[in-house]
Amino acid sequence: MASDPMISRRSGISMIYQELNLAPDLSVQENIMLGREVQKMGFVQNKAMQRIVENALRLIHHVEIPSLLPIRKLSVGAKQIVEICRALVEKARILIMDEPTSSLTREDTIRLFQVIERLKNQGVGIIYISHFLEEVQKVADRYTVLRDGRSVHTGLMEEANVNDLIQMMVGQKFVEMFPKVDHAIGDVVLQLDGLKGKRMAAGADLSLRRGEIMGVAGLIGAGRTETLRTVFGLDSIEKGSLIVREIRTTRGTPWIRIGQGMGMLSEDRQEEGLALSLSVADNLTLSYFSPYKKFGLLQLKKRKKAVRVYMQQVNIKAENPNQPVFSLSGGNQQKVALGRLLHQEADIFLLDEPTRGIDVLSKSQIYEWMGRLAGEGKAIIFVSSYLPELLGVCDQIAVFHRGMIVDCRPVSQWDAHTIMTVATLGQNFRDDGLVNSNG
Amino acid sequence: MNPKKRVQMLLNWLGPFLGLILVLAIFSSIPEVQDRFLRISNLKSVATQSVIVALGALGMTLVIISGGIDLSAASNIALASVITAFAINAGIPPVLALVCGIATGGVVGWVNGTLITSLRLVPFIVTLGMLGIARGVAKWIAGNQKIDAPLTWINELMARNPRASWMLISPGVWMMIVLAVVMAILLRYSVLGRHVFAIGSNEASARLCGVRIKRTKIFIYTLAGFFCGLGGVMEFSRLTVGDPTVAVGLELDIIAAVVIGGGSLSGGAGSILGSMIGVFIMAFLRNGCTMMGWPNYIQEIIIGTIIIVAVALDQIRHRQEQGAI
Repeated sequence: MASDPMISRRSGISMIYQELNLAPDLSVQENIMLGREVQKMGFVQNKAMQRIVENALRLIHHVEIPSLLPIRKLSVGAKQIVEICRALVEKARILIMDEPTSSLTREDTIRLFQVIERLKNQGVGIIYISHFLEEVQKVADRYTVLRDGRSVHTGLMEEANVNDLIQMMVGQKFVEMFPKVDHAIGDVVLQLDGLKGKRMAAGADLSLRRGEIMGVAGLIGAGRTETLRTVFGLDSIEKGSLIVREIRTTRGTPWIRIGQGMGMLSEDRQEEGLALSLSVADNLTLSYFSPYKKFGLLQLKKRKKAVRVYMQQVNIKAENPNQPVFSLSGGNQQKVALGRLLHQEADIFLLDEPTRGIDVLSKSQIYEWMGRLAGEGKAIIFVSSYLPELLGVCDQIAVFHRGMIVDCRPVSQWDAHTIMTVATLGQNFRDDGLVNSNG
Repeated sequence: MNPKKRVQMLLNWLGPFLGLILVLAIFSSIPEVQDRFLRISNLKSVATQSVIVALGALGMTLVIISGGIDLSAASNIALASVITAFAINAGIPPVLALVCGIATGGVVGWVNGTLITSLRLVPFIVTLGMLGIARGVAKWIAGNQKIDAPLTWINELMARNPRASWMLISPGVWMMIVLAVVMAILLRYSVLGRHVFAIGSNEASARLCGVRIKRTKIFIYTLAGFFCGLGGVMEFSRLTVGDPTVAVGLELDIIAAVVIGGGSLSGGAGSILGSMIGVFIMAFLRNGCTMMGWPNYIQEIIIGTIIIVAVALDQIRHRQEQGAI
């Protein structure tokens, strides 16, 4: 069995990873040709390479990407195109894409699908790994469902519907994807009053009430994450203010916000959300050690016991509390990150893409759990790019467009199409017959 | 837990000791040195010689676990020794001179921490600069020569055989042991200790969890500075003079000890016990090599090899752990 990526490459298999593998300071051309430079006596032949790169870009109709620009100046979508070009130059016959759209905007996704279509027409086979079933339906001819490391079912896409696929992924029948938990809505606990952070394009107004799940939609880069980060004190406040339980503040650090009962879940589990080399116990309790302190020292046994209880509560599958977090699956890691917010007894939850990259069953557990929290009178801000889940669990949905909240209304007044329209086109197109084809 | 895992856990726990046991075993099996090597007086002298590196390593362990480095440790030790001598010469009571020495170290550490956090520079650069600055200031204060000072009780702290015979070993060694225990407890059982690991493992995540990065880091570097200050006082105690050119390159010994003991330069891993064992592995190697009459360069080659081998073994062990789960 080939265990070396080079061997797979030579046999015509290329892979595009979830985390893009490009050297940010090298140019498009250098990245595409990396490891297969055209050379004459050890000197690189720039002209020849440029021709190859331009041919490849033309082949997938993306000549607008300048071949000499450093990668860091490209958008995520364009970077992906560069990765695909690299595979083309390698003369790949099979291309594996791992969650290629997880960080793409809708436009880029559409463009990617066009590229995939062209590759297909040129006889390249594509294995497309994704959690987004609607996309899979659009792009795939055949499908295979994997569960617990095994292939469960293979079939023709046109003969399958999304519900069947979900059932196969979950492995049990009749899972309610968005379990409804009744919750009553109370007083305002958090209000953004023209709040503008250093990385936000404009001030934001929003109010969040007890027992409410506030969905936040918008394209990537529209200012959703930046707003959450400013609220939580990770970015400094430039203008406006924040009212937490009737107390107005204009300054804050995560430490202060945690003291005010807030908890935040980062969209980037690996880089920010968790300290991967530390244990489940450390990660779970890091934001709140007080219950285990005695004479200034931690009672590790007591903590271990408490952590076990939380592990059961949030359903974390790990051998024991001292197991390092990197050894857990994505879904379980996410539950550790969420468990931390429960453990610190947060009142106001700021959740940034809490279900990104995790399995369907864990997703459904997280939805249910959010509903229960709201039922207990907690307030939740739920940022997501996945519209069905926003529509499924939220009470209100606010939509960002170019750094601003352009619309916020009860979930009953939204549908996926309108959200997408507002997110891509802004408020002006809202209401009156906006939804025509050229809009 | 299956027996295989149990064995592995035992090995992991013994891991750091194995190196030390190996070094001791090798030298005590060589006929030419075995009787001298294991003699109590020799053990005492190795322990006394290790005090300064050990004190430096106590602070350095925290710094390295937090993902930083302190290259100014040795210069800081020299500066503190000069200040202590200077203070005693100025007629200040020895207790206060000792405090002055320790405080000097603390100030240098505090400046390190403050520059690192407020200018957002990497610790390597700041402490590299401080390595020069502290050494320079030490030479300046000492007028580019040794400072002689009258003998006081401070000079007895590092005596191989303490005057009070009930102490058995020198007060410096006792101090080292007590401080090592205190630091080990601090690192494992205090909130600060957990925060040090969190910062070293993932600073962004620590911030998200409300760890106050800035003040924690300043505290870590200041504490490391205090240990260097104390090390400087011990250096003065040993030499009976304040010498600004002492301990050149000692920071690398200190870092090596921490790394041999399982400290990771990328942060998030390390232990006080490990670092102390690292200190003694190096001390016994030097001692044994000297007894064998091997030249200095042989010692250097051996210690260099040990560093690489120790870290490589540590990595392999970690990889196995990851694979095992």
